[in-house]
Amino acid sequence: MRGRALPYLLVAPAVIFLTVLFFVPLVQTIALAFQTSNGTGFGNFVRMADDLNFHDAVVNTFRFVGLAVPLQLAAAMGMAMMLRHLGRGRDMVLWIWTIPLGLSDLAAGLIWLAMLNDRGYLASLLFHLGLVAEPQSWLTYETPIALFVAVVIAEFWRATAIVVVILVAGLQLVPKEYAEAASVFGASPWRIFTRITLPLMKPSIQSALILRTVLAFEAFAVVIAIGGRNFPVLVSEAYNWQNFNQEPAVAAAYAVVVMVLSLVATVVWLRVLRTPEEQRA
Amino acid sequence: MTGRRALYLAGVVAICAWVLVPMWLLAANALGGQPVIAAWPKPWIPLSISFATLAEFLAIEGVFRAMLIGFEVAVLCTLFSVALGLPAGYALARYSFRGANAFRLMVLLTRAFPVGILALPLTVGFIRLGLYDTPLGIALMHTALALPFAVLVSASLFQAIPRELEEAAWVFGCSPFQAAWRVVMPLALPGVSAVAIFAFVISWNEVFAASVLSARNRTLTAYLLAMLSESPLSYQFAGGLLLIVPSVLFIFLVRRHLFAMWGIASR
Amino acid sequence: MAGITIEGIRKSFGTTTALEAVNLDVADREFVALLGPSGCGKTTLLRIIAGLETQTAGRVLIGGRDISALPPRARGLAMVFQNYAVFPHLTVRDNIAFGLKMHGADAARIARQVERTASLLRLELLLDRYPAQLSGGQRQRVAVARALAVEPAVLLMDEPLSNLDALLRLDMRAELKEILSEAGTTTLYVTHDQTEAMALADRIAVLHGGRVEQVGTPSEIYHWPATRFVGGFVGSPPMNFLPRDGAVLGIRPEDIDLVGPGEGIAFRVNVVEPLGAQTLLTGIAESHLLRVALNGEHRIAAGSDLHIRPRPDRIRWMDAATGRATTRTETSP
Repeated sequence: MRGRALPYLLVAPAVIFLTVLFFVPLVQTIALAFQTSNGTGFGNFVRMADDLNFHDAVVNTFRFVGLAVPLQLAAAMGMAMMLRHLGRGRDMVLWIWTIPLGLSDLAAGLIWLAMLNDRGYLASLLFHLGLVAEPQSWLTYETPIALFVAVVIAEFWRATAIVVVILVAGLQLVPKEYAEAASVFGASPWRIFTRITLPLMKPSIQSALILRTVLAFEAFAVVIAIGGRNFPVLVSEAYNWQNFNQEPAVAAAYAVVVMVLSLVATVVWLRVLRTPEEQRA
Repeated sequence: MTGRRALYLAGVVAICAWVLVPMWLLAANALGGQPVIAAWPKPWIPLSISFATLAEFLAIEGVFRAMLIGFEVAVLCTLFSVALGLPAGYALARYSFRGANAFRLMVLLTRAFPVGILALPLTVGFIRLGLYDTPLGIALMHTALALPFAVLVSASLFQAIPRELEEAAWVFGCSPFQAAWRVVMPLALPGVSAVAIFAFVISWNEVFAASVLSARNRTLTAYLLAMLSESPLSYQFAGGLLLIVPSVLFIFLVRRHLFAMWGIASR
Repeated sequence: MAGITIEGIRKSFGTTTALEAVNLDVADREFVALLGPSGCGKTTLLRIIAGLETQTAGRVLIGGRDISALPPRARGLAMVFQNYAVFPHLTVRDNIAFGLKMHGADAARIARQVERTASLLRLELLLDRYPAQLSGGQRQRVAVARALAVEPAVLLMDEPLSNLDALLRLDMRAELKEILSEAGTTTLYVTHDQTEAMALADRIAVLHGGRVEQVGTPSEIYHWPATRFVGGFVGSPPMNFLPRDGAVLGIRPEDIDLVGPGEGIAFRVNVVEPLGAQTLLTGIAESHLLRVALNGEHRIAAGSDLHIRPRPDRIRWMDAATGRATTRTETSP
């Protein structure tokens, strides 16, 4: 029957496209990373690890992901709960809060560069408050902690919005009756949140964490906009090896590391925040 | 109780400010130019607005062109994503077929990967095919980013349109294609336009793949990234403003669909 | 106008069988209701006739023409859907005109038909509204108007009243009966509501487990159910069943009379429900649950011990094993 083939015809273009532009480059990246002048091996990974910046890039990446993602989740959770109590003007507030999700990380980096550069608005504010007397240079290799904080703030500012959207969407799927039932039985607001709302939102929290963790491992332009080459992360190193050192194989080794980390993070979140079949609504 | 309410509203306003003020200050820097940027300390309310810096920046060779290329890439990416994503989404929503789950899994799998990075090995093949350093090449890569999203969201869009409506169209004389065109598409249109706008914004904002896959024909993001280290702050901020404005406008247009879309797409 | 012939229609989904060899004849201009509990296959049968589902075996003829292989659009029928399926992006006028337009009718005919069906269903003042601006009952009328506008040879209706609230359903039922008898269209009407089927249909086909249990006029179905299932499904409260010498005696609650002490069967009343027109007694007779419906004037207290007797001419005997009605008649027990 002609109907049988129809769904395959509809899906085929997308499948072919994703095969050519996702799976093939995926395999190519891995092949490239293991390809050395004398056959296959870990040569590129050794060169990657021997590089001066590698250690910093790994440490920075982990610190960055480890701080930015939990902060985003906590803040977004708070914002999502705040929105529940907003009556009039909720749509307006929601729109404002979610504007940053449409911005590129490059733009976010530039925005926070304007805030935090030596003659930036934060330094000016501190001057007006009488806390500093002259322009402050925070974003150099001499002030690694301030630089790190600046990058985290910029990413936090930008990407919390998408977590808010995912959590608010998830919260809309949780009927208010559950919380009402709990309060009828005498639960305090905090207990309702921890015992009812939070567990029921596990699926949304899970997808938010997967999305954010993968993208945070990939963060790149925000780092370059604010810190230039003073704050190496894994992807910026991949970019440098590809574009400046003209060593695609070492760049591919970095890419493989980032992919493995993303995959591991995804699997971890899938496991840790699994909702057992029998508990699904 | 009213005290708590006031505190709560103050919190809401503070978060709004946290989002809006930095954007406003970037705009102030971009529009104020070097005098504002170099000012110390900055006045409380930076208000000197002139488009001189912006005009100056746009006059730099390559800036306006980079905007056009960025726009072209984003439009191509939008077209590809919609053209490939809608049929696939329709198939997922309307038919149960062998392999449907495998396809869904394949689409979801792309989300566990940093897709942009996959641009790295593509350079070689793209050079061979003449796609390297072309808007089309970058748009193809960006479509790999936006397509999974387009498939999942359009699947949920079509799922929300009752099958009965389509069946009614068939009974009342439509061929399957006519039914899809006359009944399903008009109803899906608002959602489809949201999908399109998202694909546009994803492409417009993407930095890494665009930088890796281009050399002279750079998108605005790739252009800005390349010139960061060698251009004055005023130009960097002007570029940042140019990058932000279309995104904010487009997100404003799709704000109604944001939640329905992300709620579903993130499942 | 044309009749429908259903010949040996079977339908299985994987290993489950939804319909097994269904045969049914609907005469030209006749109104037949397909009645049965949910999952009996009645909607599947309707969808097969419409061409929305493909049968595993058998064929469907309309006006003597085999339409089994035709797509829905070529079958010359119209349908009213359970959720109305009124197109939300079209006005009432465009909804009613939809079928005519798709079949390439000229503008004059479209205008004439829209006007005629709109006035038939009292939609004249709503023609330029969108469905979202209509009430459930109005949407329902648009769905019927859209179906009648094409002047179909056959009209299929799938639980068209089930989404209306109780009062509106009663109104629409009467209205539908009037309109359809006027239009004179051959109609097949799926419902799980026996009062709806009895009120509307010339004949009722009772479906159960993918089979046709009985086809007959409402009165035949009610008074002479062909199987135990039909007796139990049609009628509210349902028929009583008492075992008798290896057979089963079926008797409707309202066909039981009260008799004096020492006569008939002893009946212990557990629950009394005064329903107004009727008083419904639920109790135990011969250690079986039994319902008796008396004239509403009776005043009886729960816990009473009564004596009852089924009216002999109303008793329906059934085979204990197969549940099929037998022709056996008997004098009073």
